[in-house]
Amino acid sequence: MPLKIDVKDLNLFYGDKQALFNVSLGFPEFQTTALMGPSGCGKSSLLRCLNRLNDIIPNVHIQGKVLLDKEDIYAPSLDVVELRTHVGMVFQKPNPFPHSIYENVAYGPRIHTLFKDKTELDEIVEKNLARAGLWDEVKDRLHQPATRLSGGQQQRLCIARAIAVNPEVILMDEPCSALDPIATARVEELIDELRERFTIVIVTHNLQQAARVSQQTAFFHSGHLVEAGETGALFTMPQDERTQGYITGRYG
Amino acid sequence: MNNHTVKAYDEDLKTLRALIRHMGELTLQQIRKATRSILERNGTLAHEVIDHDYEINLLETKVDELAVRVLALRQPLASDLRMVVATLKISNQVERIADYAVNIAKRTIILDEMPPFPEVEGLSTLVKIPKNMIERALTAFETYDINLALEVWQMDQEVDEFYNAYLRKIFAEMIADPKNVGPCTQLLFAAKNIERIGDQAQNIAEAVYTMVTGKSFNESDILKNA
Ligand SMILES: Nc1ncnc2c1ncn2[C@@H]1O[C@H](COP(=O)(O)OP(=O)(O)O)[C@@H](O)[C@H]1O
Ligand SMILES: [Mg+2]
Repeated sequence: MPLKIDVKDLNLFYGDKQALFNVSLGFPEFQTTALMGPSGCGKSSLLRCLNRLNDIIPNVHIQGKVLLDKEDIYAPSLDVVELRTHVGMVFQKPNPFPHSIYENVAYGPRIHTLFKDKTELDEIVEKNLARAGLWDEVKDRLHQPATRLSGGQQQRLCIARAIAVNPEVILMDEPCSALDPIATARVEELIDELRERFTIVIVTHNLQQAARVSQQTAFFHSGHLVEAGETGALFTMPQDERTQGYITGRYG
Repeated sequence: MNNHTVKAYDEDLKTLRALIRHMGELTLQQIRKATRSILERNGTLAHEVIDHDYEINLLETKVDELAVRVLALRQPLASDLRMVVATLKISNQVERIADYAVNIAKRTIILDEMPPFPEVEGLSTLVKIPKNMIERALTAFETYDINLALEVWQMDQEVDEFYNAYLRKIFAEMIADPKNVGPCTQLLFAAKNIERIGDQAQNIAEAVYTMVTGKSFNESDILKNA
């Protein structure tokens, strides 16, 4: 698999405080990569580098390269708005807009004018709700407020919204931590299906979830990438003591 | 190794190890008794071996149940996962070894009805190495000692050599006196069972190797390094 994203010697500073140290990591296309590690180790920071969401934080300073299809996303000529249509994001807490289910999915296609007429927009909405496994559950109430959906449904709606602009990469920051086990299982199943079309990067605190959904796992500690590898190998035979300690629940 | 943040988890892993140790000790005792029963033509002792086999079966069931429980409730990973999987394999192998001890004891009961026979002492020499292999394999399991596991693995060759030498002696006795054919056939069965114990001990060593290294045991790789 070619690398969809290639991070090279990335250093990230919040003011004086360095949060990522010389991180180099490739993200193979059409695979799910899980980012794992104790709280504060820099997972979210790295994730936010991949669609330049850190740009909005004051005093952030970044060194190194992030290549998307071999192009540097930090190049001055790059259009950040356009970048974010290629690299979509799903957050920890489902955050639907306070509009109808339909409008949540139609929002992205509208601002990027990805359709000719109402019929085509309807199709886009249906297609993406279906891909997110939500269509059958909501097709009769598309114009009701999205906030009336259950937490799990809201999260799948956010995924439908993220994929409606045809991104190539989807970033997910602990997308299931607010969901119950059944809703979590549905989102995990969805992640596995989405992998056919998208490259996925997921931050998760749940080891079993990382093991279930990802093909590659990267383990971070204090801003350093400790090890990365094929998920099966990492969970059965980690190479580094720190990874071993973390995944077996032994600290110190 | 550091402890788990969840104490009960560590207790479960400890219990699994203790169960394997207990199974191993009982099985060694069964082998000792079975061999002695043949040497001493002691039918009572042989029956004791047969009657005690259920204890080892019971322990195997206990290991299975606890291992499945640990897999379900603790979802072990990395070295813990490999250890739990090894326990499942090893308990199965130890249980098989105990069955071989029972088979040996059954020979005693048949031999009891026969006239005195020669070459029985050879069995006590033959059984020494497999017993030693079991002891060491279990120690290797407890101490994650890969070198010891490899040593055990290679000891099986000696068992085969002793076994073949013993067969030759038995055949010679059979040829020397047709009266010996009946009892010697029983001794052959007993010897075969002992040889099988060596094979199973070798399998335990392989399970320990996989537990420690995370790699499946590959004979040609190992011999290259030895
Ligand atoms: N906006 C920010 N300003 C200053 N420090 C931050 C900011 N975001 C994160 N950090 C710090 O960077 C480190 C990494 O945080 P983060 O990437 O959120 O870790 P994780 O997602 O692995 O829990 C932490 O020490 C955190 O306090
Ligand atoms: Mg985070």
